[in-house]
Amino acid sequence: MSTPTIEVSNVSKSFGGVVANKMVSMKVEPGKITGLIGPNGSGKTTLFNSIVGYHPIDEGSIKFQGKEISKLRVQQIARLGMLRTFQQTRIYSKMNCVENILISVPHRTATFSDMFRKYPAELTDKAEHLLEFVGLYQKRHLISGDLSFGQQKLLEFAMALMNEPTVLLLDEPTAGINPTLINGLIDRLKRANEEFGITLFVIEHNMRVIMNLAEHMYCLAHGEMLANGTPDEIQNDQRVIDAYLGAH
Amino acid sequence: MWDNIMVLAAAPVFNVQLILDGLFIGAIFALAGYGLALVWGVMNVKNLAQGELVIMGGYFAYVMTQLGLHPLLALIPAFAIMFGFGWLVYKIIISKVIERDLFTSLLATFGLALVIQQGLNLAFGPEVQTAQSGMEIRSIFGGNVTVADIRVLSLILCAILAGLVVLFMKHSRMGQAIRATSQDPRAARVMGIDTEKVYAFTFALNAAICGAAGVLISMIWVIQPFYGVPHSIRAFVVVTAAGLGNLPGVIIAALGLGVAEQYSGFVLGAEFQQATVVMLLIFVLMWRQFQMSKNRQVVQ
Amino acid sequence: MIKEKYLHAGLLVFGVLAPFLFPNYTVQISLLWIMILFALTWDTLGGQMGYNSLGNIVFFGVGMYISAIVQIGVVYDVALYTSPDGAALTGNFAPAQYYTGLALGILAAAVGCVILAVLFSQVFFGLRGPYFAIGTLGLALAAGELVGAWDYVGGGGGIALPVFPSDPKSQGIFFYYLCLVSALATYVFLRWLYNTRFGLAINAIRDDEEKAEAMGIHTKRHKTAAWCTSAFFLGISGALFGNMTGFIEPLEVAFPTITFGIFMVAMALLGGKGTLWGPILGAIVFHLIKEVTWTYLLGWQWIALGTLIIINVVYFQQGILGWARDKWPDLFGLTVDEAMSSGSEKRGSS
Ligand SMILES: Nc1ncnc2c1ncn2[C@@H]1O[C@H](COP(=O)(O)OP(=O)(O)OP(=O)(O)O)[C@@H](O)[C@H]1O
Ligand SMILES: [Mg+2]
Repeated sequence: MSTPTIEVSNVSKSFGGVVANKMVSMKVEPGKITGLIGPNGSGKTTLFNSIVGYHPIDEGSIKFQGKEISKLRVQQIARLGMLRTFQQTRIYSKMNCVENILISVPHRTATFSDMFRKYPAELTDKAEHLLEFVGLYQKRHLISGDLSFGQQKLLEFAMALMNEPTVLLLDEPTAGINPTLINGLIDRLKRANEEFGITLFVIEHNMRVIMNLAEHMYCLAHGEMLANGTPDEIQNDQRVIDAYLGAH
Repeated sequence: MWDNIMVLAAAPVFNVQLILDGLFIGAIFALAGYGLALVWGVMNVKNLAQGELVIMGGYFAYVMTQLGLHPLLALIPAFAIMFGFGWLVYKIIISKVIERDLFTSLLATFGLALVIQQGLNLAFGPEVQTAQSGMEIRSIFGGNVTVADIRVLSLILCAILAGLVVLFMKHSRMGQAIRATSQDPRAARVMGIDTEKVYAFTFALNAAICGAAGVLISMIWVIQPFYGVPHSIRAFVVVTAAGLGNLPGVIIAALGLGVAEQYSGFVLGAEFQQATVVMLLIFVLMWRQFQMSKNRQVVQ
Repeated sequence: MIKEKYLHAGLLVFGVLAPFLFPNYTVQISLLWIMILFALTWDTLGGQMGYNSLGNIVFFGVGMYISAIVQIGVVYDVALYTSPDGAALTGNFAPAQYYTGLALGILAAAVGCVILAVLFSQVFFGLRGPYFAIGTLGLALAAGELVGAWDYVGGGGGIALPVFPSDPKSQGIFFYYLCLVSALATYVFLRWLYNTRFGLAINAIRDDEEKAEAMGIHTKRHKTAAWCTSAFFLGISGALFGNMTGFIEPLEVAFPTITFGIFMVAMALLGGKGTLWGPILGAIVFHLIKEVTWTYLLGWQWIALGTLIIINVVYFQQGILGWARDKWPDLFGLTVDEAMSSGSEKRGSS
């Protein structure tokens, strides 16, 4: 088998007394869509943060394409080609949508003098196509902070695509999106995976979405990895059902 | 500089003098520092006019002496009037910037600092003043160390004032409301606390504490319309070093700062005393940043 | 929207002709150009990048001193010059010596400030938000105190700079044009800069630095370069101002933190921070108000100024241009595009 894109082994992380992740191990295979579920407060976002270098982990190892990254910082990890979106959507709120996309070009190979280049017409075109891809083309000259929450989520997704990451970590991509648009979003996520070849690792509360999307799933509960398997296996796993229904 | 260090080594009593003077002054820094921490913690406003409030208080004592009265008598009116002034400032300025980004409140209070400085300059002129208390100066250690009675008295008054404020915060209704608001303003509002009033009171209390501190400063040290800036910087040094809601930390940091200033003034020369305060500020900020960066985080 | 080219032409014509149209106000108008430079360079960090510095004045003062040392140093021993015996030397500069010294001095000021900015960046950009503002304020205050205690550069007593080798009127005009050129150069450079990737990157840092980091933007590099840009032009302005005044000392002339230092901020805010024209507009309005009302305020000027800053910050923070943008968004291109997709737009336009 090929090296996993992300390999987390025995990672623990606590905040003061709260143990958010306890000996968590998991893998994200290249080219696939992997899902992560778990009740509120089970440590999903914490795991994301640990992977992308937001905070130091207490113990364990995190590898990206076989390379240890648990000591690297956010920017270095992002430049390796691992990107995340935020649960509380984050965009550059005083810039317009096109600018938001343009500034998200990959910075992996950016040299010092690249800072002072202009954007070639191809990039502007590409930015507009991506905005069209997420359905924001008409609003492209508006200040992004004035968009609705759902539209900002779509914009953030388009920004991530512009960055051409190897793997994209999405924290609840459908939260706050109008149910009628969710199917469209699922479709776009799948296209991003198939057409652009981006490996996806998705946190999602909406079971219908994640069942539809993921090929392999993990379930966290109380900071521990409870189960993993195909969507069907997870769906029928008694422990997972208990975790969701049980009083936590 | 080297000579001065040798003096300290040869005659250790000089150290006693420096440390005592540092503690007397530092105790007053603790008051202004506590006020800043209060306002910072409760309403997240970083008040750059803190030093100006102190200097303003100092002029109450100066006016008392001009009237032929004892400067200590200024303590009550300074406290009361500065309380009112603080309330007014809150209503006119602070309440408008409290919800905005932090730079706004910083800059607004900086503007306020300019206005107060210049107002004092117009009213009292740019001369350096001190409020003569006419109290005795005693010599100890065979005349090598002098202690002015007023300094001892000022230290005692500092302690009393701080004690009163702590008691007030613990036991009065308003004090409890202030603490509740600082922990979670929204929850406090839900519980029926009028946070607007709490904020106004907090800022006013801070101004009053600063006013009292100023009265003491003017008696044991000097005041001048433009001497507020270093006091503001001192308050920031103290709070940054101690952190919010940490009264013992504030006291230790303030006393340490007072002593450090005395030493640098003696060893490096008086012209470095101010520079020391500012360098300490930068140093404390850097140190905090270093602490945070260990957690891959930055000073927010 | 007024076409920018008319603004450019208007400013240029005014700039070139001003010393002849208003010969009695050459100094004030020179100062106006310096103010424009101040506001523009402050805005690079404060408005465009969201790092509100209260200590940019430090580069002004350092540039002034570097230039002075170089100008003196090309001819005399600086320590001798600044000693009490050196007082007679100020007029002893031949024109060739003077102009060489000045050219080298300005260059050294600019380069020296850039180097300093690189060093400061290492330290100060770890501080965010209000901590950056307070830290840089401390920096400016410390600089004034330290230079005041450094006898080699004249200490608190200051230095008299080499005397201009001609009459005061030509001196005024000579420095007027240098101020004009440096302000225009600042404008042209920043205008170009904001149109490159750099402009978007520092805007991104302003809007959400954590997001910018998470997207892999080289934030440190951009922040350092932005401060260097400010420092470069501020260093030049300091060198020029020192020579216009003829006498420099640390607290009032070189590191005037609570006057020039805060004017920078006030002007950029007044005009509208984060825009290219806002700081220019702010500087012009501010300087005009200040110069016109100053003498009538009878000692209340500074109070009026502090009040103006408070009102500006508390009640009118978006500034003149920000207000205009809220009022007439269409003029600023904030519109919904009717075309459904990039494809349909192309079809429509062909
Ligand atoms: N920075 C932090 N400081 C202290 N505790 C934290 C921090 N971040 C997370 N926690 C705690 O860690 C636990 C896990 O939080 P996390 O955000 O990872 O949950 P989650 O699975 O993403 O939940 P949700 O589905 O609600 O987003 C929670 O108890 C939370 O309170
Ligand atoms: Mg979460």
